[in-house]
Amino acid sequence: MAEQIKKFMYINRKAPYGTIYAWEALEVVLIGAAFEQDVSVTFMDDGVYQLVKGQDTSGIGMKNFSPTYAALGDFEITKIYVEKESLEERGLTLDDLQHLVWEDEDEDWAEKDSIRLVSRAELGEVLAGQDVLFNF
Amino acid sequence: MKFTIQVNEGPYQHQSADSAYFFAKAALEKGHEIYRIFFYHDGVNNGTRLTTPPQDDRNVVARWSELALEHGLDMVLCVAAAQRRGIVDDGEAQRNGKDATNIAPGFRISGLGQLIEGGVQSDRLVVFGD
Repeated sequence: MAEQIKKFMYINRKAPYGTIYAWEALEVVLIGAAFEQDVSVTFMDDGVYQLVKGQDTSGIGMKNFSPTYAALGDFEITKIYVEKESLEERGLTLDDLQHLVWEDEDEDWAEKDSIRLVSRAELGEVLAGQDVLFNF
Repeated sequence: MKFTIQVNEGPYQHQSADSAYFFAKAALEKGHEIYRIFFYHDGVNNGTRLTTPPQDDRNVVARWSELALEHGLDMVLCVAAAQRRGIVDDGEAQRNGKDATNIAPGFRISGLGQLIEGGVQSDRLVVFGD
Protein backbone atom coordinates (compact mmCIF):
# COMPACT_ATOMS: atom_id res chain seq x y z
CA MET A 1 0.00 0.00 0.00
CA ALA A 2 1.35 3.42 -0.93
CA GLU A 3 2.37 5.62 1.93
CA GLN A 4 -0.55 7.89 2.66
CA ILE A 5 -0.71 11.10 4.65
CA LYS A 6 -3.85 11.60 6.68
CA LYS A 7 -4.99 14.52 8.75
CA PHE A 8 -4.77 13.35 12.35
CA MET A 9 -6.41 15.36 15.11
CA TYR A 10 -5.90 14.62 18.78
CA ILE A 11 -8.65 16.17 20.91
CA ASN A 12 -7.92 16.78 24.59
CA ARG A 13 -11.04 17.46 26.66
CA LYS A 14 -10.10 16.61 30.22
CA ALA A 15 -8.20 18.28 33.06
CA PRO A 16 -4.62 17.09 33.49
CA TYR A 17 -4.42 15.19 36.81
CA GLY A 18 -7.87 14.10 38.00
CA THR A 19 -7.73 11.22 35.53
CA ILE A 20 -4.94 9.75 33.43
CA TYR A 21 -6.51 10.63 30.07
CA ALA A 22 -4.44 13.78 29.49
CA TRP A 23 -1.10 12.11 30.19
CA GLU A 24 -1.83 8.98 28.19
CA ALA A 25 -3.19 11.13 25.35
CA LEU A 26 0.09 13.03 25.28
CA GLU A 27 1.91 9.70 25.00
CA VAL A 28 -0.17 8.87 21.92
CA VAL A 29 0.62 12.25 20.36
CA LEU A 30 4.36 11.78 20.91
CA ILE A 31 4.40 8.23 19.52
CA GLY A 32 2.17 9.28 16.63
CA ALA A 33 4.62 12.02 15.67
CA ALA A 34 6.93 9.34 14.31
CA PHE A 35 4.35 8.32 11.70
CA GLU A 36 4.70 11.45 9.55
CA GLN A 37 1.02 12.25 9.32
CA ASP A 38 -0.46 15.75 9.14
CA VAL A 39 -0.96 16.19 12.88
CA SER A 40 -3.00 18.74 14.82
CA VAL A 41 -3.90 18.86 18.50
CA THR A 42 -6.95 20.46 20.09
CA PHE A 43 -7.52 21.56 23.68
CA MET A 44 -11.14 22.20 24.58
CA ASP A 45 -13.51 21.90 27.56
CA ASP A 46 -11.47 21.13 30.72
CA GLY A 47 -8.64 20.09 28.38
CA VAL A 48 -7.54 23.74 28.23
CA TYR A 49 -6.27 23.30 31.82
CA GLN A 50 -3.58 20.97 30.42
CA LEU A 51 -1.77 23.97 28.95
CA VAL A 52 -2.00 26.28 31.97
CA LYS A 53 1.48 27.50 32.86
CA GLY A 54 3.11 27.21 36.25
CA GLN A 55 1.64 23.82 37.15
CA ASP A 56 2.87 22.45 40.49
CA THR A 57 1.94 18.87 41.34
CA SER A 58 4.07 18.56 44.49
CA GLY A 59 0.95 18.51 46.66
CA ILE A 60 -0.66 15.55 44.91
CA GLY A 61 2.35 13.28 44.44
CA MET A 62 1.95 13.03 40.68
CA LYS A 63 4.42 13.70 37.92
CA ASN A 64 4.10 17.19 36.42
CA PHE A 65 4.07 16.34 32.73
CA SER A 66 3.16 19.85 31.55
CA PRO A 67 6.73 20.73 30.44
CA THR A 68 6.36 18.05 27.77
CA TYR A 69 3.88 20.21 25.84
CA ALA A 70 6.70 22.65 25.15
CA ALA A 71 8.48 19.85 23.27
CA LEU A 72 5.65 19.32 20.79
CA GLY A 73 7.26 21.82 18.41
CA ASP A 74 10.40 19.66 18.31
CA PHE A 75 8.20 16.77 17.22
CA GLU A 76 7.00 18.92 14.31
CA ILE A 77 3.58 19.32 15.87
CA THR A 78 2.91 22.94 15.01
CA LYS A 79 -0.88 23.23 14.88
CA ILE A 80 -2.34 23.44 18.37
CA TYR A 81 -5.94 24.62 18.50
CA VAL A 82 -7.36 26.08 21.71
CA GLU A 83 -11.07 26.75 21.88
CA LYS A 84 -11.82 30.32 22.87
CA GLU A 85 -15.14 29.62 24.58
CA SER A 86 -13.57 26.89 26.73
CA LEU A 87 -11.00 29.40 28.01
CA GLU A 88 -13.61 32.07 28.65
CA GLU A 89 -15.98 29.72 30.46
CA ARG A 90 -13.14 28.95 32.88
CA GLY A 91 -11.98 32.53 33.38
CA LEU A 92 -8.76 31.89 31.47
CA THR A 93 -7.02 33.84 28.71
CA LEU A 94 -4.19 32.95 26.35
CA ASP A 95 -1.81 34.61 28.84
CA ASP A 96 -2.59 31.89 31.36
CA LEU A 97 -1.28 29.21 28.99
CA GLN A 98 2.24 28.13 28.17
CA HIS A 99 3.73 29.94 25.19
CA LEU A 100 4.18 27.07 22.76
CA VAL A 101 6.36 27.63 19.71
CA TRP A 102 7.92 25.79 16.81
CA GLU A 103 10.90 26.61 14.61
CA ASP A 104 10.24 27.03 10.90
CA GLU A 105 12.98 25.30 8.97
CA ASP A 106 12.00 27.14 5.78
CA GLU A 107 12.43 30.56 7.36
CA ASP A 108 15.84 30.20 8.96
CA TRP A 109 14.35 28.51 12.01
CA ALA A 110 12.19 31.48 12.87
CA GLU A 111 10.22 30.87 16.04
CA LYS A 112 6.47 30.79 15.46
CA ASP A 113 3.47 30.43 17.74
CA SER A 114 1.93 26.97 17.78
CA ILE A 115 -1.31 27.89 19.51
CA ARG A 116 -4.23 28.95 17.32
CA LEU A 117 -7.06 30.46 19.31
CA VAL A 118 -10.30 29.50 17.55
CA SER A 119 -13.98 29.93 18.26
CA ARG A 120 -16.25 26.94 18.78
CA ALA A 121 -17.66 27.41 15.29
CA GLU A 122 -14.20 27.65 13.71
CA LEU A 123 -13.05 24.57 15.59
CA GLY A 124 -16.06 22.70 14.24
CA GLU A 125 -14.87 23.44 10.73
CA VAL A 126 -11.33 22.38 11.55
CA LEU A 127 -12.58 19.08 12.98
CA ALA A 128 -14.82 18.49 9.97
CA GLY A 129 -11.77 18.71 7.73
CA GLN A 130 -9.85 15.95 9.51
CA ASP A 131 -9.48 12.31 8.48
CA VAL A 132 -8.92 10.74 11.89
CA LEU A 133 -10.09 12.08 15.26
CA PHE A 134 -8.50 10.73 18.43
CA ASN A 135 -10.72 11.74 21.29
CA PHE A 136 -9.37 11.88 24.85
CA MET B 1 -15.63 -0.56 5.25
CA LYS B 2 -12.46 -1.12 7.24
CA PHE B 3 -12.61 -0.15 10.92
CA THR B 4 -10.15 0.27 13.75
CA ILE B 5 -11.86 0.39 17.13
CA GLN B 6 -10.33 2.05 20.18
CA VAL B 7 -11.65 1.08 23.62
CA ASN B 8 -10.74 3.50 26.38
CA GLU B 9 -12.63 2.14 29.38
CA GLY B 10 -12.52 -1.01 31.45
CA PRO B 11 -15.27 -3.62 31.70
CA TYR B 12 -18.25 -3.30 34.08
CA GLN B 13 -17.22 0.17 35.34
CA HIS B 14 -18.26 1.70 32.06
CA GLN B 15 -20.56 0.82 29.18
CA SER B 16 -17.89 1.64 26.59
CA ALA B 17 -16.56 -1.90 26.60
CA ASP B 18 -20.06 -3.28 25.95
CA SER B 19 -20.83 -0.73 23.25
CA ALA B 20 -17.53 -1.41 21.50
CA TYR B 21 -18.21 -5.13 21.58
CA PHE B 22 -21.71 -4.76 20.13
CA PHE B 23 -20.40 -2.37 17.48
CA ALA B 24 -17.65 -4.81 16.47
CA LYS B 25 -20.07 -7.73 16.36
CA ALA B 26 -22.61 -5.80 14.29
CA ALA B 27 -19.95 -4.53 11.89
CA LEU B 28 -18.69 -8.07 11.30
CA GLU B 29 -22.23 -9.36 10.78
CA LYS B 30 -22.77 -6.67 8.15
CA GLY B 31 -19.67 -7.83 6.31
CA HIS B 32 -17.34 -5.03 7.32
CA GLU B 33 -13.69 -5.60 8.13
CA ILE B 34 -12.15 -4.88 11.51
CA TYR B 35 -8.49 -4.08 11.02
CA ARG B 36 -7.72 -3.90 14.73
CA ILE B 37 -9.25 -3.35 18.15
CA PHE B 38 -6.93 -1.30 20.33
CA PHE B 39 -7.42 -1.13 24.10
CA TYR B 40 -6.08 1.94 25.86
CA HIS B 41 -6.32 3.63 29.28
CA ASP B 42 -8.37 1.36 31.59
CA GLY B 43 -9.55 -0.39 28.45
CA VAL B 44 -6.60 -2.78 28.86
CA ASN B 45 -8.58 -4.36 31.72
CA ASN B 46 -10.78 -5.92 29.04
CA GLY B 47 -7.86 -8.30 28.47
CA THR B 48 -7.33 -10.06 31.81
CA ARG B 49 -8.43 -13.67 31.93
CA LEU B 50 -8.63 -13.48 35.74
CA THR B 51 -11.92 -11.62 35.53
CA THR B 52 -14.65 -13.54 37.36
CA PRO B 53 -18.03 -11.84 37.05
CA PRO B 54 -21.11 -13.24 38.83
CA GLN B 55 -22.65 -16.13 36.91
CA ASP B 56 -25.83 -14.24 36.09
CA ASP B 57 -23.89 -11.38 34.44
CA ARG B 58 -22.21 -11.15 31.04
CA ASN B 59 -18.53 -12.08 30.86
CA VAL B 60 -17.04 -9.11 29.01
CA VAL B 61 -13.55 -10.57 28.71
CA ALA B 62 -14.64 -14.02 27.57
CA ARG B 63 -16.97 -12.39 25.07
CA TRP B 64 -14.06 -10.50 23.49
CA SER B 65 -11.93 -13.65 23.40
CA GLU B 66 -14.68 -15.62 21.67
CA LEU B 67 -15.23 -12.87 19.09
CA ALA B 68 -11.51 -12.65 18.40
CA LEU B 69 -11.09 -16.39 17.96
CA GLU B 70 -14.19 -16.70 15.79
CA HIS B 71 -13.20 -13.89 13.42
CA GLY B 72 -9.42 -13.88 13.74
CA LEU B 73 -9.48 -10.36 15.16
CA ASP B 74 -6.31 -8.48 16.05
CA MET B 75 -6.94 -7.26 19.60
CA VAL B 76 -4.09 -5.21 21.03
CA LEU B 77 -3.52 -3.98 24.58
CA CYS B 78 -1.28 -0.92 24.80
CA VAL B 79 1.95 -1.99 26.48
CA ALA B 80 2.45 1.21 28.51
CA ALA B 81 -1.16 1.22 29.70
CA ALA B 82 -0.99 -2.52 30.44
CA GLN B 83 2.21 -2.19 32.47
CA ARG B 84 0.64 0.52 34.64
CA ARG B 85 -2.41 -1.65 35.28
CA GLY B 86 -0.78 -5.05 35.68
CA ILE B 87 -1.84 -6.82 32.50
CA VAL B 88 0.94 -9.28 31.70
CA ASP B 89 1.77 -11.77 28.96
CA ASP B 90 4.75 -14.14 28.82
CA GLY B 91 7.05 -11.57 27.22
CA GLU B 92 6.14 -8.85 29.69
CA ALA B 93 6.51 -11.23 32.65
CA GLN B 94 10.00 -12.09 31.51
CA ARG B 95 11.02 -8.51 30.72
CA ASN B 96 9.74 -7.05 33.96
CA GLY B 97 10.46 -9.96 36.27
CA LYS B 98 6.83 -10.74 37.12
CA ASP B 99 5.81 -14.11 38.55
CA ALA B 100 2.51 -14.47 36.68
CA THR B 101 0.63 -13.67 33.52
CA ASN B 102 -3.03 -12.81 33.12
CA ILE B 103 -3.60 -11.93 29.47
CA ALA B 104 -6.78 -13.43 28.04
CA PRO B 105 -6.93 -15.54 24.85
CA GLY B 106 -7.16 -13.54 21.64
CA PHE B 107 -5.32 -10.49 23.01
CA ARG B 108 -1.74 -9.40 22.49
CA ILE B 109 0.34 -6.61 24.03
CA SER B 110 2.03 -4.10 21.76
CA GLY B 111 2.87 -0.42 21.36
CA LEU B 112 0.87 2.72 20.70
CA GLY B 113 2.17 2.67 17.15
CA GLN B 114 -0.42 -0.04 16.53
CA LEU B 115 -3.17 2.47 17.27
CA ILE B 116 -1.69 5.10 14.97
CA GLU B 117 -1.24 2.51 12.26
CA GLY B 118 -4.90 1.55 12.70
CA GLY B 119 -5.84 5.18 12.06
CA VAL B 120 -3.68 5.25 8.94
CA GLN B 121 -4.82 1.93 7.49
CA SER B 122 -8.56 2.03 8.24
CA ASP B 123 -11.42 3.93 6.67
CA ARG B 124 -12.74 4.85 10.12
CA LEU B 125 -11.30 4.99 13.62
CA VAL B 126 -14.15 4.58 16.11
CA VAL B 127 -13.39 5.54 19.72
CA PHE B 128 -15.42 4.19 22.65
CA GLY B 129 -14.97 6.11 25.89
CA ASP B 130 -16.03 9.18 27.79
